[in-house]
Amino acid sequence: MSGKIWVVAEQWRGKLSEITFESLALGREVADGLGVPLQAVLLGHNVKNLAGALGLADSVIYIDHPALAEPDAGSQADALAQLVRQHKPHALLVPLTNVSLGIGTLLAEQVGAPVVNFCKDLRVVDGRLEADCVLYGGKIEATVTAKGDPAVIGLSPGSRPPDKGRSEKKPPVEEVAVTLPDQPVIKLKAYLEPDAGDVDITQQDVLVAVGRGIQSKENLALAEELAGALGGALCGSRPVIDQGWLPLSRQVGKSGVSVKPRLYLALGISGAPEHIEGMKDAPLIVAVNSDPQAPIFNVAHYGIVADAMDMIPTLKETVQALRG
Amino acid sequence: MHDPATAEYLGLPGYAILWLCTLISFFLFGRRVFRYVQTLRAARNEPRWDHIPKRLKLFIIDVLGQRKLLREKVIGIAHFLIFWAFVFFAASFFWNLVKGLFPVLPIPYADDVGVMAGVLLVSGILGLAALVVAAIRRYLFPPEGLEKSGDATLILSLIAMVLISSLIGQWAKPNAPSVTLAMWWVHMIVVLGFLAYLPYSKHLHLLASPFGVLFGTLQSGGIPPPSEGASFRDDFTWRQLFSGLACAECGRCERACPAFQSGEPLSPKVLMHHFKELVRTPVLVRDGDGVIGNQIQQEEIWACRTCLACMDQCPVSNEHIPIVVEMRRYLVSQGSVDTHLQTTLVNLTRYSNSFGASPRARAKWTQSLDFKPKDARKEAVEYLWFVGDYASFDPRLQPVAQATARVFRDAGLDFGILYDGENNSGSDVRRVGEEGLFEMLREKNKQSFGKATYQRMVTTDPHSFQALKNEYGNKNGHVLHYTQLVDELFENGKLSARRSLGVSATYHDPCYLGRYNGVYDAPRRVLKRLGVNLVEMPRNRADSYCCGAGGGRIWMEDIPCSKERPAESRVREAASLPGVGTLVVSCPKDLVMFQDALKTTGLEEKLVVKDLMELVEQACQPNKE
Amino acid sequence: MNILVLMRMVPDVVEELEIAPDGKGLDTEYLRMIVNESDDHALEQALILKERRGGKVTVLALDAPDVDDVLFSAVAKGADRVLKIEGGDGGLTTRAAAGVFAKVIDSQSDLKSVDVVLTGVQAIDDLDALVAPILSRRLGLPYLGIVTKVTLDESGKAVTAVREFSAGVRGEFEVPLPAVLGIQAAEKPPRYVPVAKVRAAMKSHKIESVGAPTTADAGLPLIEVMRMRKPEVSSHAQMLDGAPEEISKKLAGIFTERGLL
Repeated sequence: MSGKIWVVAEQWRGKLSEITFESLALGREVADGLGVPLQAVLLGHNVKNLAGALGLADSVIYIDHPALAEPDAGSQADALAQLVRQHKPHALLVPLTNVSLGIGTLLAEQVGAPVVNFCKDLRVVDGRLEADCVLYGGKIEATVTAKGDPAVIGLSPGSRPPDKGRSEKKPPVEEVAVTLPDQPVIKLKAYLEPDAGDVDITQQDVLVAVGRGIQSKENLALAEELAGALGGALCGSRPVIDQGWLPLSRQVGKSGVSVKPRLYLALGISGAPEHIEGMKDAPLIVAVNSDPQAPIFNVAHYGIVADAMDMIPTLKETVQALRG
Repeated sequence: MHDPATAEYLGLPGYAILWLCTLISFFLFGRRVFRYVQTLRAARNEPRWDHIPKRLKLFIIDVLGQRKLLREKVIGIAHFLIFWAFVFFAASFFWNLVKGLFPVLPIPYADDVGVMAGVLLVSGILGLAALVVAAIRRYLFPPEGLEKSGDATLILSLIAMVLISSLIGQWAKPNAPSVTLAMWWVHMIVVLGFLAYLPYSKHLHLLASPFGVLFGTLQSGGIPPPSEGASFRDDFTWRQLFSGLACAECGRCERACPAFQSGEPLSPKVLMHHFKELVRTPVLVRDGDGVIGNQIQQEEIWACRTCLACMDQCPVSNEHIPIVVEMRRYLVSQGSVDTHLQTTLVNLTRYSNSFGASPRARAKWTQSLDFKPKDARKEAVEYLWFVGDYASFDPRLQPVAQATARVFRDAGLDFGILYDGENNSGSDVRRVGEEGLFEMLREKNKQSFGKATYQRMVTTDPHSFQALKNEYGNKNGHVLHYTQLVDELFENGKLSARRSLGVSATYHDPCYLGRYNGVYDAPRRVLKRLGVNLVEMPRNRADSYCCGAGGGRIWMEDIPCSKERPAESRVREAASLPGVGTLVVSCPKDLVMFQDALKTTGLEEKLVVKDLMELVEQACQPNKE
Repeated sequence: MNILVLMRMVPDVVEELEIAPDGKGLDTEYLRMIVNESDDHALEQALILKERRGGKVTVLALDAPDVDDVLFSAVAKGADRVLKIEGGDGGLTTRAAAGVFAKVIDSQSDLKSVDVVLTGVQAIDDLDALVAPILSRRLGLPYLGIVTKVTLDESGKAVTAVREFSAGVRGEFEVPLPAVLGIQAAEKPPRYVPVAKVRAAMKSHKIESVGAPTTADAGLPLIEVMRMRKPEVSSHAQMLDGAPEEISKKLAGIFTERGLL
């Protein structure tokens, strides 16, 4: 068949997200497997400069419209629908991230396309796309095919290393016009930034991450001391931030930040997919959890089955003794 | 003595003055007491007139015999003497009053009767001596928690005045009858004054406490009658409100309370004080606010371990725990529970266990045994073993469950378990105030029991034991704790120790086995059979100090406490015993709490915690050939 | 404020999930269903809105095992009306379920005329769609997802909704009503409702029954599950054993090796 593979780029606040490159890497493999072109679709307002980074694709379709200045799933899906009707791609890879959630389904409903969500891998088998999808919070994997064009693939973070999606090549960029109302129906009034906090956890070499297993706010102080002894900072998974024990700026994961410190020490964190997303690329991950079946052990390099509160004091002493 | 009734004062006959004073006194007294009674009647009813003979027996032992007070020897004896002096002097007062008000009656005054005078003399002197001892204790060596109020000083002085005036009167009789007469009046006026003042002071307990004991709870489960909880005064029962009136603020409950002793915001004594104020405040209840959030804060209500130490200590049979449970019921009905507790309750509702694990995984602990325990739902058994959540799901306790199974098997016991037909007994659920969930769990369990054929039930968890034995409608003697069963098995030779353990150990009496159900001796006999040298901790038997897990606290977020946590205090107590290296427990929560406490106190080298069943297996298991 | 909450049941992952013999779906023998967690949050947010500005909360759910409990709990928590869509095919995919919801809402004027539709932003079995965006298109209403706070504006004609992005950044949006919101989390965690109240609700309330639409979605865009399996764990941590002191020493050694100490 002749339909192209499209990668819907994700850009937010003037920067392309890492998932865009993961998506390009995967899209490239699949497009080559099918023998069709790979196109990147970039939506936004005054962000043409970002198109240059999408060189792994054969070309870039760029849509500029004031309504696309800030993320709005409705406007983005409308724009994509118009493009899809015109160009009839074979499949689109749409990010399943907080920034882009909903675009894929809205688009699919508008053009009558099948959706395949939670995709972590895509292959070409006998000229067809097969997607591996993760369901039920990671407990089950399904291999799925779509019946119908275009297939809207909801791509989860982590399918490919983002570096594989980067390229020095400068792709040809075609600017296409779409018809959209001047402003989205849903208006962004303001961004709410997390409290600056004294520490930028994305810049730390060492992160001590605490989860529910830390059990109480008082225990946080001990964990903080351990972080200090290791020359790093404290961060946490969502439940800890929701409880108000740590500020938003310290949240690692889907709604928080992605971090890549040289050492990520996970204490009492079970390893829900939303958290793993934010730290899986750290070169050294050590996890402490009292449940031997905790999913965090699948992503950690070293694991310890123990109560986090048993390990913290001893580890802190050992480290402090070594430091002299 | 001259007749005080006919003597003339300022132109009035004595009896007229006496009438005047009596009427004023009785009016003031009666008015206050009447209002208290009105307030109590407006509250919820709770029948406490059943089992009259049993109640009278308790009255004799606890009021006349002052049993609980005698647990502390010095003040116990002193109070006993003051009490009886008071009784005799009160009797003599009323006798004198009647004669004084109705001089025509052909009876002598009390003091003029030889026997009575003798009794008054002896009890008066002893009473005064006891008062001195009490004063020394109160002002020079006060125990913690003793309210030092002006009231107390006043009352001690008044009582002293009564006794002294009477004694002086007696002494002056032969030589100075006018002194005797004067002392008579002093005595009567002071008592009439005391009577008028009594219902306004803490010494209302004099009047209230005998009724407190008489109308006390006959079943010590600490559970109030069915209700939706209480925060407004009238939603409590009259007996709960009455506890406030009967409280003498002696502080015994506070000294025994693990929450208070660890610096947490709960004081059972202060709780009683709030209730006293509640009854005394002439406020229309529905227009006012409930106590929760005003006089009493949520942290206080949730801090209680329901360990029963307060009620066990209380000489006037106050009901601290039912009050706490009523307020918890109210909070639960409002959905005001902390996140941990909410998660646990949701898990219990959905999965019938507090761990949030699949019910099908309940019996996984049996998989590492070399035999499969009978499924009591399918085969008839003699003993139905109710394992409990902790022993089934907690990895630290599964070895104890496994040891128990092996010991039962080696003793030739015909036993079975319910596998996934077992649900949490609901004991702690009830104490947390989720009565509806308790009923649901009980229903489910009873359905499972209905499917099984068995003679008796045995359980390894004292909390389950309390519920199954007393709150499920099971017959007496039908439900055993494993320590009782093991004791029986040793007794009839089905179990015998193949080796003597020869260690020195101490034993912690679980709250729900000891204080709640009086099982103290069976575990001790077992320890003896194992060749364990038992060294008792200072706080043993009914004085045992709670590990801190009860009342659902193990399901709640930690409260900041400024002093040592109950479990830490307890392991330090055990570790301080010379030569003792083992702390023996017979409740799964104790094991977990004490093991954690050994870590946080750094005593892991000094002491090890073992369940009694582990020691039984150690001593009895067949030699490994 | 007139609020409609859509709730669905999803497989409870506390139980071990097994694959059906044909290898394409879940084995249903020991499968238990539980309410979708973010739908629970949607209900909570609806109740919070009702408590603040008055109005009515209606809950609409698809028939499924144990859904009655969820609906009676909703009543006990404060929902005014609960409806169950019965008589359809069991085991609908998310796409089909969303279609059923849309048809039912469209066919009942009292449901169609609500001010806002709240439902969970996603569920663990949303393989072929998300419910809120589908509803948004079918009902012709604006859509905002990943919402964590909703406040009705003074005018009553719009809401201010907070939506999560990443890196802890959130956005405040003005959403004209009526609209469809995908709730990530309510402002407060879902409230506890005691068993006694749920039981009382069972006695005092009825779950209204709505018939499932007879015309299935024609030509529904389909996906096919070729096979389902439990994931092979491709990697696993090297486990360290021993007492905390030993483990700490080992770790310190590893850290030193990596130049971290």
